Formats: sequence, C-alpha cells, structure tokens
Amino acid sequence: MSDADTFRQETRAWLEENCPASMRRAVKSDKDQCWGGRNWVFESEDQKIWLERMAERGWTAPQWPVEYGGGGLSRQEAKILQEEMASIVARRPLESFGIDMLGPALFKFASEEQKQRFIPPIVRGEIRWCQGYSEPNAGSDLASLQTRADDQGDHYLVNGSKIWTSYADKSDWIFCLVRTDFDAPKHQGISFLLFDMASPGVSTNPIKLISGNSPFCETVFENVRVPKENLVGELNKGWDIAKYLLTHERQMIGGFGLSRAGSKSTGRTAAQVIGTSDGRLADGGLRADIAAFEIDEMAFALTVERVVDEAKAGQGTGAASSVLKLYGTELNKLRNELLMSIGGSGALPWGSEENATLAQHWLRSKGNSIEGGSSEIQLNIIAKRILGLPA
Amino acid sequence: MALVLNEEQQMLRDSAKSFIQESSPVSLLRELRDRGEEWSPELWGGMADMGWTGIAIPEEHGGLEFGYVGAGLVFEECGRTLASSPLLSSSFVCSALIAELGDDEQKAALLPAIASGETIWALALSETDRFDPAATALTAAADDEGYLLSGNKLHVADGAIANKLIVVARTDAEPGTESGLSVFIVDRDAKGLSIAASPNLDTRLVAKLQFDSVRVAAADRLGDAGAAWRALERALDIGAVLSAAELLGISQEAFERTLGYLRERKQFGVPVGSFQALQHRAAQLFCELELCRSAVLKALQAIDANAPERSRLASMAKAKMARTAKLAVNEAVQMHGGIGMTDEFDIGFFMKRAAAASQEYGDYYYHADRFGRLGGY
Repeated sequence: MSDADTFRQETRAWLEENCPASMRRAVKSDKDQCWGGRNWVFESEDQKIWLERMAERGWTAPQWPVEYGGGGLSRQEAKILQEEMASIVARRPLESFGIDMLGPALFKFASEEQKQRFIPPIVRGEIRWCQGYSEPNAGSDLASLQTRADDQGDHYLVNGSKIWTSYADKSDWIFCLVRTDFDAPKHQGISFLLFDMASPGVSTNPIKLISGNSPFCETVFENVRVPKENLVGELNKGWDIAKYLLTHERQMIGGFGLSRAGSKSTGRTAAQVIGTSDGRLADGGLRADIAAFEIDEMAFALTVERVVDEAKAGQGTGAASSVLKLYGTELNKLRNELLMSIGGSGALPWGSEENATLAQHWLRSKGNSIEGGSSEIQLNIIAKRILGLPA
Repeated sequence: MALVLNEEQQMLRDSAKSFIQESSPVSLLRELRDRGEEWSPELWGGMADMGWTGIAIPEEHGGLEFGYVGAGLVFEECGRTLASSPLLSSSFVCSALIAELGDDEQKAALLPAIASGETIWALALSETDRFDPAATALTAAADDEGYLLSGNKLHVADGAIANKLIVVARTDAEPGTESGLSVFIVDRDAKGLSIAASPNLDTRLVAKLQFDSVRVAAADRLGDAGAAWRALERALDIGAVLSAAELLGISQEAFERTLGYLRERKQFGVPVGSFQALQHRAAQLFCELELCRSAVLKALQAIDANAPERSRLASMAKAKMARTAKLAVNEAVQMHGGIGMTDEFDIGFFMKRAAAASQEYGDYYYHADRFGRLGGY
C-alpha cells in the first residue's frame, strides 16, 4: 500500500473516532461556525471537543510546520484530509482570518520571535484576528490610507479610523496598516502593525447593511500605544505585506463563485420549485439564464482546479487571484439573482437575525464585488499586470 | 486527473505550433481564397506526415493512439492560423464511428487508410439548418440486397473532397427519436448520389447531398441496425469538443492580435490601450478565455477517460467556447476600428471562421439546452 493510502486509512479511522456526530452536518448559518478566541462561547460541548482535537494535531492549519503547532502535512496529505472530512461532511473546526490571511504573511515577513509568539495561538484558535485595512477615505484607493502611527521612542501612538473591519467587535487582535511616513510617496510610507484590540483607545461600532446586521464594524483608534516589537517586516515596507495578504483574501472571496459542496444545483432547485415539462424547466426564459449561469459556474470551478494543479506542476501564471476574485464574486451575485427569480414573490420575505432569508443573502451578495478590491479594481489589475496594457 | 498538460502533450503542442505556423500561416488561407480553392493537399500531406491523421486511431490499425487531449492541442494550433483541412471530419468523427461500430473486418479495412491520410471521410448527418441529429429523416429501406437510401443531407463539411461518406439514416422509428438510426458507408461515386458544393463565409466548401435510391450493401452498415445513437452521440461529442478546441485557438489568437493593436495604435496622442473603457473589456475577455481553457481541457480528458459525465462536459465546453468566441471576434473587430472592417486586414477571417466553427456539431443554444437537460432541468 502506498504512503498516501496508508495516510488516508489512518485519517479516516481517526476522524471516525474523533469527529463528534453533531459536527458532521453541513454548516447552515454563521452560528454553526466556530471562530475561537478569548471571548468565544462554544455553541456546544461537541464544538469545543472538535476544535481541541483537531488543534492538538495541528489540523486546523494542516500544512503549517509542526514547530509552530501546525499539522506539517504535505499538499497531498492535506488534500486527503480535506477529502476525508468532506466524505463525512465534517465541518471545519475553526474559521479564522489568522489561518486564512495573517498566518501566510507572518511566515513570509515576520521575525522568528514573532512567529513563535503569534502563530501557535492562531492554530489553537485562542486568538481571533481582524484586519484593519480600508478607511472611510481609502477604499479602492487603499494606499491613500491616513491612520497614523507616530514614533514615541519605545512605542508607536496610533490614531485614525478603519472601516469594514469584519468582526472587529469580536476579535482579540488586529493586523493593521498604518502610515509611518507622511512625506514619502503613498505606497512607501505604510507599515504593518499588530496590536491588542483590548488596548486603551480602541473602540468599535457595528455597521448595519442593506441586508441587515453584519459582521462589519467601524473601528476608531485614539492614542493607542503599540509596542515597537509588534511591527512586522521593515518600517515603511508594509505595502508589500498588504499586497501579499490581499492575494490570499481575494482567493478566499473568489471561492464564493463555487457552489457549496453537496448543495443542489440552481437548475435542480428551479425544477423542484417551478416544475418541468418534457424534461425541461417549465419557464423557458429562466431556464436559458440558468443554463448559461451553470455553464460558467462549472467552467469557473474547473479554472480554480486548474490554477491549483498548475501551481503544483510549477506552470502557474501567478496572476490568477484577480481573475478568480472578479469572476467568483460576479457569479455569486448572479446565483443569488437567479434564486430570487426562481422564488418569485416567495423570495421576498425579510427574516430574523438568526435566520437570514434568501432576500437578505441576495442583498448581502452585492457586497462581494466591492469588498476585497472591487471588480473594477480587479479589471485594472488584470489589464495592467497580466495583459501589460499601457498606463 | 490534474488539469495540466503532461510532458508528451507539451511536446506535441510545441511541434504542432511550429509546423502549423510554418506550413499554414493565415496568408495561406488568403491565397487559397483568392484562387477559389478550399484546401491544400500539400498541407494535408504534411499533417499526415506529422501523424495527426492517426492521433486517435488505435495502434493496431496504424494510428498513434495518443488521445484526445493531444488532438485538442492540434486543433487549437490550427485555430490560431485558421488552417483548413478535413482532419476533424475524417480522422476524428468518422474514425470514431468506425472504431466504435465497425466489426473487425471493417476496422482493419478502413482505419489504416484514415490514419495515413490516404482516404478522406465526411459525415453526412444534418438535414436542416439547425443542428438536430435525432431529427434525421433520410430513409434506409431494407430489402433482399441490402438497403436503398433516399433523402437529402445539408451542410456536409468536407463533403466536396471526401472519397467516402458515413451517412446517418433512419431504418426505424419517427424523425425526432434517438432510436432507429443506422450508419452506412457510401462511396462518393455511388449511383443515385449527387453532390453539390458551395463556399461558406469562411471559404470552406460545404456539400448538399441528394440520395435518390442509392444502393448500399448490408455489409456496408456499421454496427447493428437502428442502434447507432450511442456511438453517434460519442462521435458528435468528440466533434463538438475538438471544434471547441479550434475555437479556443481562434479566440486566443484574435485576442492576442487585438492586445498588440491596443498597445501600438495611437489616438489623441496616446496608445488606445491606455483607455480604461477598452482595458476593462480586454480584461473581461481574458477571464472568459481562462474559463474556456479549463472547460475544453476537462472535456477532452473526459473523452479520453470515457467518463460518465462526458456528454455534459462536452456541451459545457462547446457552449462556453461558442459564446466566448463570438465575444472575442466581435471585440477584435470593434477594437481594431475601421481597419478591422477591411478585407486587406486578417482579423475578419477570424470572425468568419468562428461563426462557422460555432455551428459545427451544435451551436451555443443546442449545447446549452442539452447541458440543462442532462443536468435535470
């Protein structure tokens, strides 16, 4: 038996033994997901056990090195783990911006001391992170941000405000872009700081969206003291880290274009709601729109697959994240449009806080092509960086 | 299977590219058109020497058995220079029907001459302007000596130059049903068969075939009577996906030529490619082409693997590609401006060939409908 087969068998047995039954259901709402952190209240004992068992093996971050608490798995082993989890519908034990966004940047840019200090608590789900990027006057033009960090000898003094900070009110720490040089060109005066959201002078205020309550916050910093050792990378070189991290964020958001594993296709949903005649959806116009959408949805999923496979084979273009972000979010908007049309007047009710309705999901999806770099920004990036069109 | 090319496939692509750029640049198409000729027998001989005529044919019958991913790479390169040949009809669609339905004797007798490029075959299928294989009405009436074929065929690609035809005919059931179809081998010189060829917009000839009680021996039927649908569907999937691969090459080339023009052409004192209105459209098209590349590769792999979802993937690939090709050539002509409308400039050839290739083996609407049906709606 090959090593991979052995690993698969062992993983399957371990999951069978250790994944609680209630963690083997598809995630239905945000409440089903575990985000961890200092103030996390577990939904159930099972949720706690599942996180602890997975974190102990480092399988919350399967491919991170063992010396930082990660699972130390190869890409192939991580894929096997993912497949075995999917086959029993095991949910992710931990949702985490620390794992999906900050971690990769720390591995690339942080000092050894910083890695030892910050990475293991991310793997264990002990510290929940949020991202301080956008500002009220710096959206698509992110590099024009104005939040300042002034050098006070042994510490920085941070003043300013951030917007669209997801889960700022529930997070323990923030990774934050700040201006440390006001005289340099805008991309060259930015630094990357980490600090505790419990620091005096930090306040957060949730933002209500057209879809209702949201995880987004406005975050204000008034004379927040940040120790100098919390600077990641070189002073004034934070934009490089920001760009690197945005690439990861884009890939994550681009994943919205993929249909949820195991969920019914849009066409089958429509067939169930509207009915068919002679094997075809009874509404011909809607049917044509759905087919066009599903063709793109499938071609997009294959493109995500191809990008990963090419990267593995060392054939990658490396510029794919903008394509995936752009296309994935536009597809998700279209999926929601179609679901609204399929539902007709039945798709209009407004839900409660716990149970968001189709209408609310539809409204929320409008933000997909704005957050993480708008579709228009992605088109700019593709035109300039990939196609080499003149400025 | 990983969605990447292996080393052998990359080598094939590179050799295909250099051969086709050398032997069949777009200027060859222009010369042929200006001389009123459809194709170049020299080019065909060169393709046969390269082994392309036998890519999908089993080794035991003189082919390379290299598979359809490799074939797709060849068609993509042919698309880039609009190379015209009977490769698709003869070496891939007709050969697939013979390989699938023929008995050992028929295969041994027919396939080696296809693999060598010696015999050229065409598929006589369509009887209406819109692609609809189940609608076949041409009748094959059985009698003591075999069959008598009566009816008409339209839009037969390569029908003007083929030595041999595979004719889809109805031996049973009503037009519109998938059962009751049979396929026959017919010689182009058969008594009662008349062939009239005329050029399409892409300068390729298509033939109109009239069958007036054409005698066919029972031994020239491929496979069981009335049971050709499954094999036909597979052969048509192959045709659809390889024509999608050709469209990928056409679209990619039209796009790259357009990008070059956007960088060079100056108006208002700056390159027109610096205008955001054009940059965003180019970027959007780039994304569509990336999706097409994944779709075509997956569908080719599905044919090689004989995967159960082959037909749905084939329809996905052809539909996606047909729609994107239309966008690519429309944008190409528009972004080239006035010069794009002139016959002297090559970009119009891409628009013409894309329109024809999009119809071959089913257009966007045929395949989007089929994709929906196979998806349960």
